Amino acid sequence: MESRRTSGQGAREGATPVARWRVTLVVDPTLCDGHGVCAELFPEGVTMDHWGYPIIDGEEIPPGLGDHARRAVAACPRLALHLVEVRR
Amino acid sequence: MAASSAAHPQAPGFPRLLSALASPDSVADLETHVAHWGALPLRSARSTLLDELDASGLRGHGGAWFPVGTKWRAVGCGRARRPVVVANGAESEPASRKDEFLLTQSPHLVLDGASLAAATLNANRVVVYVPSRHVNSVRRSVQARRRARIDPVEIEVVAAPDAYLSGQESAVVHALNNGPATPTFVGMQSVRDRGVRGRPTLVQNVETLAHVAMISRYGGQWFRSVGTENSPGTMLLTITGRWAEPMVVEAPLGVPFRDLLTLSPQDTGGYWGALLGGYGGGWVSILDLLDCRLTEESARDLSSSLGAGVVVLLPRTLCPLVESARVIRYMQRQAAGQCGPCIHGLADLAAHFEGLAFNPAKFRNRFPPILQLCNLIDGRGACRHPDGVTRFVRSALVVFREEVDKHFRRGPCAAVNGPALLPCPDHHGRHQ
Repeated sequence: MESRRTSGQGAREGATPVARWRVTLVVDPTLCDGHGVCAELFPEGVTMDHWGYPIIDGEEIPPGLGDHARRAVAACPRLALHLVEVRR
Repeated sequence: MAASSAAHPQAPGFPRLLSALASPDSVADLETHVAHWGALPLRSARSTLLDELDASGLRGHGGAWFPVGTKWRAVGCGRARRPVVVANGAESEPASRKDEFLLTQSPHLVLDGASLAAATLNANRVVVYVPSRHVNSVRRSVQARRRARIDPVEIEVVAAPDAYLSGQESAVVHALNNGPATPTFVGMQSVRDRGVRGRPTLVQNVETLAHVAMISRYGGQWFRSVGTENSPGTMLLTITGRWAEPMVVEAPLGVPFRDLLTLSPQDTGGYWGALLGGYGGGWVSILDLLDCRLTEESARDLSSSLGAGVVVLLPRTLCPLVESARVIRYMQRQAAGQCGPCIHGLADLAAHFEGLAFNPAKFRNRFPPILQLCNLIDGRGACRHPDGVTRFVRSALVVFREEVDKHFRRGPCAAVNGPALLPCPDHHGRHQ
């Protein structure tokens, strides 16, 4: 799968279906320690398993929620969370 | 070298990889190798090998079955930095012996393949990554080739740690970058783009490279003369439980396991089934196995995998749940311990499955949670190690469901304290 990392700024969140890239969250599981900040700041896109690690649906960030997602990325104490653009 | 002037000896029919060996124990030294296979066709490698690989339909024999031509093109496509070629002989599947067999008895076929990859991709670093016990013998083979001036790029031999994950692609690269041999999170990137020292890196199983060595001499069409349309050629298998000792055999892809194993109806009744692919593969019942053809797709249809060619026949004298529980615990211990869902998930899975095998009364109601755990773990590690374990667990619950019921009704079976079949080596330490 082709992908590229994005700052999220100007990300085409909720873009029209013809857009070739979709913006989504990924977690580096080797860095994540399960602090849980992401699930608190972006509950629409991140849930927690019973061990305290984030479950990310990998779906496109819904329109209007880009700020929440960016805040979660910025607040991750382990810098384990990233916004990426994935080619459809 | 005198032999280099000789035309290529005739292409082998079947067997192929093993055709240079006079007997199952013999070793093809450089002289034997060149007499049998002819000189290394480096010049044609630079011009036509990629096309021949595409035409051959060769797929990777390390377990992923990825098309080799496609992979080489991804590594080599006009990059500024010269690539690194790694011949991966770590063979960390405990029930696999086929890479070891090649490396000890036909090492030059592997080294030919590595040099052909280097010539084709214009690589300037070639590493052979093998368990430490084989480093010296492979080095001697490399030295013999140096004296005969065969390889265009000096071949390094590097020891792979004894650990289940040391042969995983990103772990190989991690180790060659002076890190521990543990997988790294490559996200949606690949070591093909950024591998050893940040350079594009081809990590290719040693058996695959041996097939490349033959394709370079006889061409892609010759390669297709055996096997099926989607799975041409032959493969090496390590078969355990059929004969007194585990055996490495070469078989044409596409043959039914029935023809490969030649079990009498009476023999067939003596087995529960078989583990296909390795510890990240899956169990199949003996009847499904006999009807299955030797291709990755057929194995996938049975929710299993051919993986690296591991076949372990499990006799009915052993308890399939005990054998499975031991493997799951081994896989939990062999996890790199980097990703939370894998650390916790595999520990819970191993404990639940041990409950099923050893103390079923207490775990009567834990059957659905095992499947829920599998769903929770899937796809959440940096590598596919946890996914392999869930495939193994799911297949055990399906293929041995009657045994699971029997355990719930009657408690652990008599085989609990019996001998074990599936090897679970006690590697010293996790990953140094």
